[in-house]
Parts: sequence; structure tokens; C-alpha cells
Amino acid sequence: MSIIYFLIGCSVTLALIFLGAFFWAQRSGQNDDLYTPSMRILLDDEQFEEEEK
Amino acid sequence: MTENTVISKTTCYHCGDDCVNEQYIIDEKHFCCHGCKSVYEVLSANQLCSYYSYNDHPGATQASTDKRFDYLNEPGIISELIDYTDEHVTTVTFYIPNIHCSSCLWLLEQLNKINQAVHYCRVDFLKKQLNIRFDHHKLSLKQLVELLTNIGYEPLISLQDIIKKQNTPTGDKLVQKIAVAGFCFGNVMLLSFPDYFGLSSYEQTFGHFFGYLNILFTIPVVLYSSRDYFVSAWQNLRNKVLNIDFPLALGIAVLFIRSVTEVLVNHDPGFSDTLCGLVFFLLIGKLVQKKTYYHISFERDYRSFFPVAVHIIDNEVETPVSLSKLETGHRIIIRHNEIIPADAILLKGEAMVDFSFVTGEALPVQKTLGEIIYAGGRQTGEAIEMEVIKPVSQSYLTQLWNNEAFTRQQRDTSQTFNEKISKYFTVVLLIIAFGSLFFWMPTDLKRGLAAFTAVLIVACPCALALSTPFTMAAALSIFDKNQFYLKNTRVVEQMAAIDTIVMDKTGTITTGEGNTVKDNAALTEYEKQLVYSVCVNSIHPLSRMMCRYLGPREKQSVEKYEEVAGQGILATIDNHKVAIGNELLVLGKRSDSRNATKVLILIDDVYCGYFEFAHQYRNGLDKVTTLLKKYKLFLLSGDRDYEQQELLRFFKDPGAMQFDQSPQAKLDFISDLQQNRQKVMMIGDGLNDSGALKQSDIGVAVTDNVNNFTPGSDAILDGRSFNKLPAFLQFSKDAVKVIHISFLISLSYNLFGLSYAVTGKLSPLIAAILMPLSTATIIAFTTFSTHFIAKKRKLL
Repeated sequence: MSIIYFLIGCSVTLALIFLGAFFWAQRSGQNDDLYTPSMRILLDDEQFEEEEK
Repeated sequence: MTENTVISKTTCYHCGDDCVNEQYIIDEKHFCCHGCKSVYEVLSANQLCSYYSYNDHPGATQASTDKRFDYLNEPGIISELIDYTDEHVTTVTFYIPNIHCSSCLWLLEQLNKINQAVHYCRVDFLKKQLNIRFDHHKLSLKQLVELLTNIGYEPLISLQDIIKKQNTPTGDKLVQKIAVAGFCFGNVMLLSFPDYFGLSSYEQTFGHFFGYLNILFTIPVVLYSSRDYFVSAWQNLRNKVLNIDFPLALGIAVLFIRSVTEVLVNHDPGFSDTLCGLVFFLLIGKLVQKKTYYHISFERDYRSFFPVAVHIIDNEVETPVSLSKLETGHRIIIRHNEIIPADAILLKGEAMVDFSFVTGEALPVQKTLGEIIYAGGRQTGEAIEMEVIKPVSQSYLTQLWNNEAFTRQQRDTSQTFNEKISKYFTVVLLIIAFGSLFFWMPTDLKRGLAAFTAVLIVACPCALALSTPFTMAAALSIFDKNQFYLKNTRVVEQMAAIDTIVMDKTGTITTGEGNTVKDNAALTEYEKQLVYSVCVNSIHPLSRMMCRYLGPREKQSVEKYEEVAGQGILATIDNHKVAIGNELLVLGKRSDSRNATKVLILIDDVYCGYFEFAHQYRNGLDKVTTLLKKYKLFLLSGDRDYEQQELLRFFKDPGAMQFDQSPQAKLDFISDLQQNRQKVMMIGDGLNDSGALKQSDIGVAVTDNVNNFTPGSDAILDGRSFNKLPAFLQFSKDAVKVIHISFLISLSYNLFGLSYAVTGKLSPLIAAILMPLSTATIIAFTTFSTHFIAKKRKLL
């Protein structure tokens, strides 16, 4: 049953990585605009190639 | 000239307005005006016509675009507007009110198709902002703005801008705090589950391990996520106020201390799960409460009403000057539709100034040379030259704005239900807690302490703290759907307490389009031409409206012309005697009906009928005035009283209508009402109401376009929803009722928990069940009942 110590260690580390990822996303402004991308995806992308930077 | 223009049902390909004439046709597509057509031409030249395939008529009408952006060449102004610049690129963010559909989004992100100098553009749809990075060597800021204007997306440029304020990050990092709390909550729940089901004796070491881990997870929740509660509670204590943050902070602290001691000393599981859950839900409630409208600004001042720059004439040369640099003695030139930014003397040109926004007067005022024109008026007609006599900061309008009452900070008189109740709640809570401590102390100190802490834990007003934010957030979103935008959640409760409503007239209960002309004269085309030729000579507002109504026609020379002040015009034209004016002039008797302004026409002593100029009232004014039964209703107008009879139909009591009110008089009227302990809602639209809006308990600004400038207020109402006002008021009362009921629900949960707590035998499991259960009940109840009521009031 001691394997539980290891498993919990793994799960907490994984969760910490996700938390860190969320903080990074928040800081880099990825969550600033949550609405526009949902519209952007519906537009045809024929003319979109050079749009991305 | 043919008068029977065929009213065809063709609509403009660009904006969807009706096409009045057949002048603007290109590629078999009809356009209503030159502006719309030229936008199409720009787009088709750049193969961007898919713009029209995403939505029908995606554009906004371009009928009146007469814009000059010379001031955007001034380095001082440029540096104020841009976000960032270096040798190669400049970044700028524009606020573009026109953004409204996916076509807008598509087109604006294709700007580099039209001009290669644009490197990057991104639209933020909800904020209606466009972020552009461009090469300023190839494209100046002015050219960029002109490019945007040419494709129909004119940015709203104002130095006191909402963009910059919004884009500065707020300090409290609420989302991060929620993330931490949620992370810890999840892990603690996972580790606490084994305990809920019971651990066998040989698994006890796991239990201890889980307990220590739980304590570790709780530390960031207490120290980081719930920090605001401790700070707020402490500050309020120092100000000798007991608000709801105090029992919350107390509950969190007690939970933490007791959990730590239980785990470390007794090797019991502790209350870490309850603690993390509590903080997590509380923070979510806080987030819900902080709804903001990105595209609406409630805190605008006169600077955003005025233009960014004005043209001055210096040695016959016109140069744009930033408004803050405008000085006494400058000669300024004001064109059609521009706003006069400072008090000035008229030097040249014919001034017809529309002061409706400043004074509430509906008709444009004519000014003669040498007269002082106050700031805030909008020139209509030809360009005029003026000499500034006072700097912008000292003009009449600005002073009005800076009046003490106008700048008064947020009122603190009104307490929300939550604030009122939490005072008593805290006191009762402390009494019960200490009561149970003293009850057990003589017999069993340990049990006494257990009971004491258990009471504070169980009665922690989590559900109470959540009921207001969730109800109000739901209410706010329902108002929002009905185009009624409230500044914050407090306003809902203030609205429920209202007993008096004061309305402005011009622009508030009348529509922005102004007057409608009712044609009660059976005139032939020839006679119309005669009337037009006479009226065109006069600058009286009514004559102007007649001319506008009769349309541009050929003008015949007038042989004899006499204008009788206050009555009308007598003229001889093409051997016909024409009299145009009021009843006294035309029929020789005093008018008895004063329902509307009438202009009668007499040609060759034959009475031909009259034109009636009536203000158009907003749809549903009759509905709104049924509020008379429950509320005191007043009308304040800056205009003269010629509509009194007509308005009496709505307001019943002539005493409830006050005309010729100056902005200061309106403010005083409101404060008089408040002296009599009445809760006043002021509904207005213009700068002349801004004092009254600030003074009242709730100021509601009515506007036909929420992107337009509105004076500072607590709420902004779209003119189309004006008729829903009674429903809004009723709904706000219902929302407050929902809060009361949810308070009772949370109280009954508390009582149930307390019955365990006072005995000192509160098990962590009961706390862990009770807390989320009460929270879930409250959230579900408030959200569902608010929506149910909204349906009942036909707001959904």
C-alpha cells in the first residue's frame, strides 16, 4: 500500500503543473478575450494564411 | 423637378437602409448614399466582398460622414493615442463603436489586404476594440484612421479614453486566487474521501499523512486566496463597522486553527475540506458580482464629449490644436455638426446652434455676430469663425460639470440588505458562540472550546454572502438582455427602493429625431414651391423645418417679404400673396388649442390648411406613465412649455410638470424631494441633466445608441426599451424579495448546523456536507427564481 505515497506525489505534481500552466496563460493574456475567437473560427480561412503572426 | 419619386422597396446593399433614390448603383447593387457606395468600392477593389456574404447588410449607414482628421498629424496628440512605438512599428488600440457582427470582425482583421503597412490587427469583439500594429513610415496614424473611416469603421477618438483605463490590469488578481483555491479544494477533497468512508486501524498512518497534506494545501488558501477577507474585516473593524467580511474572516481563521490543532494534536481529520470549499465558493460569488461592461462607460466627463482637437486660424492658416492647448484669443473655426468646445464670440458666419444636449432646448438657436456662444452647442449649417474668450476648463459648461454636487463622490447613504443584516447577524453569532462556550466551560473546557469553534464554523455566513451576488448577477444579465445596463449590482437594490421618478423631456421622453411634421395642408406642387420659396428666406426654426420637409426645390424670387416677429411671414411671390404663420397672423384670431405648434398657410386669402409640428414621444410613454399609481412622477424640462397640454394627457397633474428649468434648478428640485425623504430616480439624457442624475438616488441616462456620449450615471437605458421601465422597476423589487427568501433559506441551514454545533459534537463530515449543500441550494434557488420572475415580467 505504500505505493499510495508515490501516487499521491505524482498526482499533486501533475496538478501543480496544471496550476502553473493556468497562471502562465493568465499572465500572457490568453484569457483576456474569451469571446472573439469563437467567432473567428466560423469565418472561412481561405484568406487567413498570412494573418497569423 | 419630379416630385413623385418612386418609393421602391430596394434596400442599401451595405447598410440595409431604404434607398430613397436610384442614384447609387454599382455592379447591380443599390446603395442609399455615396458613403455606402464608396465603402463598397473600396472593398471590391481589394477583393474583400466576402464581407457581404457573412451577414446581410453588415455595414452601418455612411450617409453623413464629413470628418477631418488633420489633428492626427500633431505629434502631441499622436503620442497620447498610441500604445507603443519604436523605429519600425507603432501599436495603437482604437475603440470602434460600429463593431457588431462577424463581418466586421472579418473585415477589420483583413486590413493588410488593403494596406500592406498594417502588420497585424486583432479585434476584441466585446470591448469593440481594434489593436493594430503598423509601419508608421509607410502609413501615418491619420492615414490609418482615414482608412478605417473609408471602410465604414470610424474609431471614436477621445483623449479621456475608456480603452486605456480598461487595459490596465486590476490589482486584485481574483481569477488567480480562485485558481489556487480550486486547486487546493480539489486535492483536499480527494484526500478527505477515505476519511468519509472510514479508515481501518492499519490504515491509520495514511490518515495522518492525509491530514498533514491537507494542512499544507490549506495554507495557501488561507494566506493567499482569502487574504482580502482578513484585510477588509480588519479595516472595517477599525472604522467600527461590522460587515459580512468579519464573520467570514472569523470563520476562516477558526476553521484553520481548529483544523491544524485537530490534525497535529488529536490526529483527527480536521475541517480542511470545508475551509477550502468555503473560500472557493465565496471567491466565485465575488467574481460573479464583478460583472463589467467593456463597451459602456459610466464615468465619462465633459472631455469625452468635446472633440480631441479644434482648428484655429493663425495668419490665415488653419492648424489643428489639441483642446488643452486652446487659449483665450484663439480664432477657431467650427464646421457643420462640430461641437463648440469653449465659450467664444461669433465673428463670422451664420450660427444655428443646437443646444439640445446642454440645455434641453429642442430647436436650434440662431446667434448673431458678436454674440457669446457657450460651449457645448453643436453648429448646424455653414462653418463659423469664433474667438475664444475663456479656456475650455473655465467655460460655462465645464464649470457646471465641476459644480460641487456634480463631482460628489459615491453616496454612502444607502445600505444594501446584506450590509444591514450582517451587522445583526454578527452580533447574534458572537452571542451564541460565547454562550455555548460559557455554558460548557464549568463542566468541560475542551467541549466548550469545541462548541465555540463549531458555532463559528457552522454559522459562517457563506450562503448569505452568496445570495446577493448570485441574485444580482442574474438580474443584471436580464436587464442587460433588455438593453438596460446597470453600473453595478448595488443599483438593483437601490432601484427597488425608489418611490419618485423624475423625467427630463427633450431626448428622454421625446425621441432623438426631434420633431415630426404632420401635413394637414392640401397643397399642389406649385403651391408647395411657393411656400418653400418663402420659407427658405427665413431662419426661424419652424421655417427651416418646413423647408426640410418640403425638400430641396427650385426657388422663386420673392417680390415682397415681411417677417412678423413671433407670428410668421407675409410675402408676395409670383403675384400671389402668401401668409405663413400662426393663427393670429393667418386667421386673425388667437389660437385656443396649444397641443402642438401649428403653421397655417394662406395663399391669395384662401386658407390651405396647416402643418403641425409635434414632438414625437417615445414608444410606451403611456405605459410608463401608468406608474403614476405607484410612484410620484415629475417632468422637468429645459424647454418652454408649449407642449404642456399634450403632456398633460400623460402626466395628469400640471403641477408635476416644470418647464424652463436650468441644470441647477433640476438639481435643486431633486434634492428638495430628497429632503422629504423620497427616493428619487432621475431619467435624463443630456448634459443639462447630469447634475440631477448625480444628485438622485439612481440616475438613468437614456440614449438611442449606447455608444454615444451619455452623462455620468448609474444606469444606461437604450431608448428602445423605454417602454419596459415599469417591468424593470417591478423586477428589481422581485429580485430583492428573492434575496430575502434566500436569506431565510441560508438561515435555516445555519440553525440546523447550530443545533449540532452548540453541543460541541460537530463532526467534520457534517460540516463538509452542510456547507456545500447550503451553497448549492442558494445558487440554484437565486438563479432559477430570478429567471422565473423575469419570464413572468416578460423580460425574457
